[in-house]
Amino acid sequence: MSATAPRTPALELSGLRVELRTGEPVVQDVNLSLRSGEILGIVGESGSGKTTTARALLGYATPGARITSGELRLDGRVVKMDESMRPLRGAMISYVPQDPGRALNPSLRIAATINDVLGAHDLRRSGGGVAVSSLERVHLAHAEALARRFPHELSGGQQQRVSIALALCCEPAVVVLDEPTTGLDVVTQFGILEELRRLRAEDSVAMVYVTHDLAVVSELADRIAVMYAGQVVEEGATAELLGSPRHPYTRGLLASIPDHVRPRVLDPMPGIAVGVGERPPGCFFAPRCPQRTQLCETAPPALASINDGRRVRCFHHERTAPIESISLGELQAEPAAKLSPVLEVVGLRAEHRSRREVTVAAENISFQVNRGECVALVGESGSGKTTIARAIAGLHPIASGKVLLNGKELPGSANKRSREQRRQVQIVFQNPAAALNPRHTVGETIARPARLFRQLDRQAIPMEVARLLECVRLPARLASRFPHELSGGERQRVAVARALAAEPEVILCDEITSALDVSVQAAVLKLLRDLRDDVGVGLLFITHNLGVVATIADTVLVLNRGAIAEGGRTADVLRDPSAEYTRRLVQTAPTVSRLPAAEVLSGVPWVETSGGSLP
Amino acid sequence: MPGVRARAAWLTGTREGIVGLILLLFVVAVGLVGPLVAPHPITAPIGAPGAGPSAAAPLGTDFLGRDVLSRVLHGGLPVFELSVASMALTYLVGVAVGLSAGLSRSVLDAVLMRAVDLFLVFPPLLLLLVLMTGAGTGSGILIIGIALVLFPGVARVVRTATLEVATQPYLEAAIARGETRFALMRREILPNISEPILADFGIRFSGAIILAASVNFLGLGSHPPAANWGLMIAENRVIIGTNPWAVLIPAALLALVTVSVNLLADAYIKGHRREGGR
Repeated sequence: MSATAPRTPALELSGLRVELRTGEPVVQDVNLSLRSGEILGIVGESGSGKTTTARALLGYATPGARITSGELRLDGRVVKMDESMRPLRGAMISYVPQDPGRALNPSLRIAATINDVLGAHDLRRSGGGVAVSSLERVHLAHAEALARRFPHELSGGQQQRVSIALALCCEPAVVVLDEPTTGLDVVTQFGILEELRRLRAEDSVAMVYVTHDLAVVSELADRIAVMYAGQVVEEGATAELLGSPRHPYTRGLLASIPDHVRPRVLDPMPGIAVGVGERPPGCFFAPRCPQRTQLCETAPPALASINDGRRVRCFHHERTAPIESISLGELQAEPAAKLSPVLEVVGLRAEHRSRREVTVAAENISFQVNRGECVALVGESGSGKTTIARAIAGLHPIASGKVLLNGKELPGSANKRSREQRRQVQIVFQNPAAALNPRHTVGETIARPARLFRQLDRQAIPMEVARLLECVRLPARLASRFPHELSGGERQRVAVARALAAEPEVILCDEITSALDVSVQAAVLKLLRDLRDDVGVGLLFITHNLGVVATIADTVLVLNRGAIAEGGRTADVLRDPSAEYTRRLVQTAPTVSRLPAAEVLSGVPWVETSGGSLP
Repeated sequence: MPGVRARAAWLTGTREGIVGLILLLFVVAVGLVGPLVAPHPITAPIGAPGAGPSAAAPLGTDFLGRDVLSRVLHGGLPVFELSVASMALTYLVGVAVGLSAGLSRSVLDAVLMRAVDLFLVFPPLLLLLVLMTGAGTGSGILIIGIALVLFPGVARVVRTATLEVATQPYLEAAIARGETRFALMRREILPNISEPILADFGIRFSGAIILAASVNFLGLGSHPPAANWGLMIAENRVIIGTNPWAVLIPAALLALVTVSVNLLADAYIKGHRREGGR
């Protein structure tokens, strides 16, 4: 296509509206357009309608919802957004789902899965040649051997590459990717992003990249559309949108992202996202907006062009303040001389035993957590970080080494520890939905440790529950609610309150923000910082997210395959990593501060870290 | 109290709940009030054996000429006593064994479950008959026998459900708190496995009723001339040609008991799934 001719967009969507059966809109008034070879990022938190929008591009709505209006053009041709799109799906526009482990049919070999797609579009040719070549296209080594495998025999990164190969095998003009790297390790994620960038350059495929992670999309997308409550609230070229956000929600989102290159004091947005059916009459963001006026509460703003290619849905976009960032290290507490260690781990080794084999989960782990200090354990999945936390909590047997609490050795298993010892070490789990007993009210959940460890009597309990809820910034009326009535962020705060109820000296936080939206994560991180500073509790913070580390940790330990690769003051380790592994982590971890994307990123070789090699 | 109303919502809010409740109340009323309103004694003949319905005996007479209506009205109570007692014993043993096995990560699990398997290999009726031939035919023995037949299934269901909960972080949080084993079972696990247990309860309950009826049919368990719906089916089969009511009515009532209990179990699960969900 010549550059001078007016180019037909590869995809053009206007006036999309998806409704629930009840008539309430999930997504409304969404317009998107995409040139060939362009990558558009759709960013939003859970419930923003991003996945609904992505699926609507294929004429599909989740059961319970339907597409009620909207016009879709693919390569200039008007397409009806319903099941009549079936022949076009995969051929003209294809979809890469979030969880490749579940999206690939577990009982079909990879080649068979690819041939299914080819067959559906009458593109099946003799032999397995096409299947293999489409695998080679996404840089899967040993494609021929791989094609004969089953999905469970591949690593997560390989599975996602297969998903992408599937989406590309019929050479569609547009690929819709729905959170394709969520759940993958950063290094693996980096490889996938690299691959997408290359495919775009080579084949000029247009891509819609849906994600909750502004940092990831900033490294890939040419343009970004930010969604909130079923609408696009801001759209623009990546660098401009991130450099000077004009919508207060975009700004709030950016200010909530913990970043390891350019850390900030996280500034969580107040309130929680409005759900379907509870959207206010005026601007949907007005209830949480710092710059709202009377106008915002009555009239819905339109998505207006403010300059070339930049659109904002806000009456007062010129008032949005810039975001300030600070330098690495400023967030960390000053190393005081009188720091006293509360928790010491000496030469810890933990194993996973099955009937036949013993796998070492962690070995020779030594560190200490001081009062009022936050120590981060960073590592990818399988690095043994969760096992270490569980061993300290007495939930996993210690094979050798010691855990000392205030200088005294802790027995290995929780039921051999004294009540006092159990009180002093509390653990908060990753998944807030599973960490609370679904049959206990919030009040009962929080009251239990208070009664067990502090012998508070019945009269004192309601007061204490209210105080603890306030401590984690939750209203006291939540005490009578059950966990399923709470949002994810609220549940995690309840879990923190339950830990606080024991008045512990150390809290072990196992990936406690990884299941939360960034704005909720920011609020929880802020809460933990306050607890560390005000209560003086020691924190062991386990995470895979370097941005979170930069925001909250004073000291960081980098774990690689069960051993400590590097440890030190957070700022030192992140600024100048000495271990090769840490360097790779720091280089590949997504950040909004690595613009323009492509230049910095090239040069780091693609390395599959877990289970990727073929025999 | 709003709490009570919310907790009872599964009963009145689902079709299964309403129908099951009405049916069960009807059968229980027949069984409990029946003995008080029965027009005739249950042991004395009032007419010719196997006669059809008449003014004196609306449901006719049985194989010995006794009033079927009176015997039906008296025959419910022993069925209820037997099923409630045997279910209680079944679940007491089954839940205790299943929870202990599921929660233990030691050899206890294997030992308990292999012991349970041992009971499973016997054909249920044979086990019951052998037991009753050896230990006597009283209703106490029958209750123990039914529990022995049914508890292995309950134990297995409970153990499987427990294993699932046992890996949940909220249980680990409780272990890390140092809760006693009993508190873990009662506070953390039992409320969360009530759904599979209740889904299973309907089937077990029907099983108990059928077992008791079979044993009665074979002439063990209830001793004639006592009235009992299961026994009535057995003893009146010889006159089914002349007075079918003597068999059909007790059979229908037994069926109603199992149907209503199953409906209620379904309603409970439906109601709680809707409320809890995630």
